[in-house]
Amino acid sequence: MVSHLPLAALSVDLISDFRQLTAYPFMVNALEAGTVVAVMAGVVGWFMVLRRETFAGHTLSVMAFPGATFALLLGLSAAVGYYTFCGACALVIAAAAAGRRRHRGEESAVTGTVQAFGLACGFLFLSLYQGVLAGYENLLFGDFLGITRGQVLTLAIVCVVALGFFAAVGRPLLFASVDEPVARASGVPVRALSLAFMLALGLTVAATAQITGALLVFALLVAPAATAQLITPRVGASLALTVLLGIAITWVGLALAYFYNYPVGFYITAVAFLVYLIARLARAAIDHPTLMHGRSRDVQAPA
Amino acid sequence: MFAQEFVRSAWLAGTAIAVAGGLIGYFVVLRAQVFAGDALSHVAFTGALAAAAAGIDIRIGLFAATILIALMLGALGDRSHADDVTIGVTFAAILGLGVYFLALFSTGSGGGNGLLGARALFGSIFGLSASDAVIAAVIAAGIVAVLLAIARPLLFASVDPAVAAARGVPVRALGLLLLALLGATTAEATQAIGALLLLGLLAAPAGAAQRLTANPYHALGLSAAIAVLCTWAGLTLSYLIPRLPPSSAIIAFAAGIYLLAFLTTSDLRQLRPRGAMSMIRGTEN
Repeated sequence: MVSHLPLAALSVDLISDFRQLTAYPFMVNALEAGTVVAVMAGVVGWFMVLRRETFAGHTLSVMAFPGATFALLLGLSAAVGYYTFCGACALVIAAAAAGRRRHRGEESAVTGTVQAFGLACGFLFLSLYQGVLAGYENLLFGDFLGITRGQVLTLAIVCVVALGFFAAVGRPLLFASVDEPVARASGVPVRALSLAFMLALGLTVAATAQITGALLVFALLVAPAATAQLITPRVGASLALTVLLGIAITWVGLALAYFYNYPVGFYITAVAFLVYLIARLARAAIDHPTLMHGRSRDVQAPA
Repeated sequence: MFAQEFVRSAWLAGTAIAVAGGLIGYFVVLRAQVFAGDALSHVAFTGALAAAAAGIDIRIGLFAATILIALMLGALGDRSHADDVTIGVTFAAILGLGVYFLALFSTGSGGGNGLLGARALFGSIFGLSASDAVIAAVIAAGIVAVLLAIARPLLFASVDPAVAAARGVPVRALGLLLLALLGATTAEATQAIGALLLLGLLAAPAGAAQRLTANPYHALGLSAAIAVLCTWAGLTLSYLIPRLPPSSAIIAFAAGIYLLAFLTTSDLRQLRPRGAMSMIRGTEN
């Protein structure tokens, strides 16, 4: 991606590596933005994975495409398009899923239809615009290396607002996500909460996708949370682990992209997948020791 | 309209893939696995790019990647029900790999990679050659034949897996076979009509059909019928209005029908295991 850094070379000396990594302002901006995104996506993603709404999360991240083309067609700023489409998409999915009983098949069909329709709109806008959509790949894969101070600041504000939302409704939302019928019976406003959560997810995705691209938002939403929930069932520990993993994955991915010349998106998704795979294998080894050792009778079941 | 060859090709391939998509889409919606179809259509993108980067036939890369990943998702999921978190993580990784192949590919061939990416994701049904259309139709017909052959046990296994397993239905194998068929469908459809259109044809007609009838066999047929009708209507409309992309028109029709079905039926005609089971069994008596 960037081939003007002849001095950069990864070594075993971590301090010199860090110094090289932060030598350029664009890299500092990228690391700061990446950290903010990792924190925000981690917390939102943790609830998303818990509520098994990964498909909705992906659909929202894809809405970047119609959002951007819509803004292009009407000559608006891209941010307006992103927020409009992500918000509308979140409302439709939440409204359709808010039946008296959650029906997985229906939810999956609605989400798929919304996504296809959103993409179809984007494609139509592009065809109506007739011009060339510059940076088609940046839309999907982001442009991590062109982040400005202003964008980092905006992102930080959105992050604080999102964290404030989760601090306010985290407890009832957790209750409603884990055991919906009981939460409903105890007077928790389940429908309002699921609508609010979907909107928060949509706005988070819209804020981050502008900078990191649709692909990275999705990777950072799902992988750290899925890994952390495999490792520990405790709520606080699992949330903290999600955020830490998200930050670590982002930093390692950015550093690798800086030292070795392949796209950031590839490195971050690859590291995230690797971490998830290791956690998954370790979980399987702990839950089914017989699979790993082949001695079926000797291993005793946990008391 | 039919005087032109590209229109005939589009109708042939479009109809065949719509039938396959509508039928398989019903099972996919019934088992809440639309996300798997979505993920596989992006796997197709990575597979095609990998094949292009390695210099082998793109079709081989497409089918190998989608069917392998489909089976992997099934194997990792619970009871061959690919679960959404596994799909999500794999999906992100596969997309990242796609970016890697795109970078690898673009260093070799200069520009034009964005165009390739756009074509792999959106396809163009009006850009099919006659021979491509025939191949697409034959593959879709094969998928439909296999699907109809296993329709009855697959419905049984989808509606009530526990009872089906107790009766000796190979629930796990059927789940894997469905995912493999879904993989093959996405591989073919992505190349012929684009990933975007396939997702619409999987989700919307089946969702509408599930709303309109509680009988699984009727819903299966209705889903295929809606998919075909939307395809025909969309192709006609986009032929008349050149600026309108065919996939956008087809999806707009499908989404419109689903919306109507959603608004006109008060609640989902729930497939309660017992009721649906008697319908599945009733047809053999």
